[in-house]
Amino acid sequence: MRRFSWFNATSLTLGFAFLYLPMIILVIYSFNASRLVTVWGGFSTRWYGELLQDEAFLDAAWVTLRVAVFSSTIATVLGTLAAIVMVRMGRFRGRTLFSGMIYAPLVMPEVITGLSLLLLFIGIGLDRGIFTVVLAHTTFSMCYVSVVVSSRLATFDTALEEAALDLGCTQAQAFRLVTLPIIAPAVISGWLLAFTLSLDDLVIASFTTGPSATTLPIKIFSSIRLGVSPQINALSTILIALVTVGVIAASLATKRRADAAERDARAAIRT
Amino acid sequence: MRRLLIAVPYLWLLALFLIPFLIVFKISLSDITLSIPPYSPNLDLSAGWSGLVDFVRALDFENFVFLTQDDLYWKAYLSSVWIAFVSTLITLAVGYPIAYGMARADRSWQPTLLMLVILPFWTSFLIRVYSWMGILSTEGLLNQLLMNLWIIDEPLQILNTTTAVYIGIVYTYLPFMILPIYAALEKMDDALLEAAEDLGCSRLEAFWLVTWPLSRGGVIAGCFLVFIPAIGEFVIPSLLGGSDTLMIGKVLWEEFFSNRDWPVASAVAIVLLLILIVPIVLFQRNEQKAREAEG
Repeated sequence: MRRFSWFNATSLTLGFAFLYLPMIILVIYSFNASRLVTVWGGFSTRWYGELLQDEAFLDAAWVTLRVAVFSSTIATVLGTLAAIVMVRMGRFRGRTLFSGMIYAPLVMPEVITGLSLLLLFIGIGLDRGIFTVVLAHTTFSMCYVSVVVSSRLATFDTALEEAALDLGCTQAQAFRLVTLPIIAPAVISGWLLAFTLSLDDLVIASFTTGPSATTLPIKIFSSIRLGVSPQINALSTILIALVTVGVIAASLATKRRADAAERDARAAIRT
Repeated sequence: MRRLLIAVPYLWLLALFLIPFLIVFKISLSDITLSIPPYSPNLDLSAGWSGLVDFVRALDFENFVFLTQDDLYWKAYLSSVWIAFVSTLITLAVGYPIAYGMARADRSWQPTLLMLVILPFWTSFLIRVYSWMGILSTEGLLNQLLMNLWIIDEPLQILNTTTAVYIGIVYTYLPFMILPIYAALEKMDDALLEAAEDLGCSRLEAFWLVTWPLSRGGVIAGCFLVFIPAIGEFVIPSLLGGSDTLMIGKVLWEEFFSNRDWPVASAVAIVLLLILIVPIVLFQRNEQKAREAEG
């Protein structure tokens, strides 16, 4: 028997109101005609129009998107490799240092990660721009990817891989045909996580970028430092809408896959 | 093949995590100069052994001594730890009832509730902090509401104070608190509560003697997940906090970008890490214990 009391209902309602009201208010006020951001002046999509004509924002969005695609893709490859090394390679010299370097960036304050990478780039005389931000984002997000993928790898039955090897697969074929499809959901969520982390990052990008590459969070931060701006409300609404659609689509896809797997399992039992 | 697989991620992390960190350590022991880069000494490898000796001789702990002398720094460290600590407690007080309600809710509802908690986590951190600026400002919605209800006569100054920083931290880190507590509560067997009540416990006693101890692992994990990142937080104090809100992440940023004092910024970073080591080690130990308990 599960007891769901009034107390539970109230705390859930208040809790979710607290989590969602600020964003809902932001979305509502993005359609405000008035420039005064706290006074309602009627419905208008004016700020969306202004936003889409603002070259600086469009440039920043394009830079951010490129950085996120490149860094999350490289981070997924490196992070998956790192997960395989952690879970499958057994003992090797320097394993402790390796696992330390995987976990440390997860708890390292962003200001320190940013500062240290900037000092490295200056030290070796690398020009700062998109390339250096990609390097920086790849480094911290590969650690997140490797944590996500290694938790999947740890529960994976190695007998499946051994069976493939017994049936004449090479190591590489066994990996591609057996292991990879099984860990694929974790690899995909790792990529999504890396992608969002990169889209979202302000601090590390501020340290590691140069004047040529302003990312969207840097642009947003510099415009809201002095207060609320209607254009940023419009931009925030667009971003919130994209994330909501993405998350709902992803969870529906996961559910469908789980249902299909269950159906297969049931069919297999019947035959 | 095996060597190559290990080498690729290993070398990447060495080059882009460990070496940069050692550079910070080195610069924290250097002196500020008016050159580019603005610190000395530089390690001159072409001078061979004598270059290394000169380099080591010129290093000193001056910057760390400086940090102890100027009270800005130790005040900033103390107030970061304090703000992180208080916000962690508030987040726990807000998050626990939500996690509890989720765990009690009907099974068919739980995936949806879980998604509703995770969704804000995928939304831009910056935007979530920003959403409070319009609410908390002196002409903002909260003040308008309170004045219309005749609760206050003149607007409260909430934005640009430490109160706003607390609100910001609680709001943005709430999912990190809810998720581990929910995970712990959800595994709990309801029969235990029924047994406690059959044996004469009141509901409150049953909660205190059964539910709370069983959720403690999740509570500890949640608290560390909020406390550790909150100490080094930069975005929240710089957008919501005022000039009197001292947090070390902000000090480091300003030392680097405004004062261009790289050696002191590096020393600030090293001390910040030393402070973080204690909670991080405790957190790791808690996770280890949880894993062992699960077998």
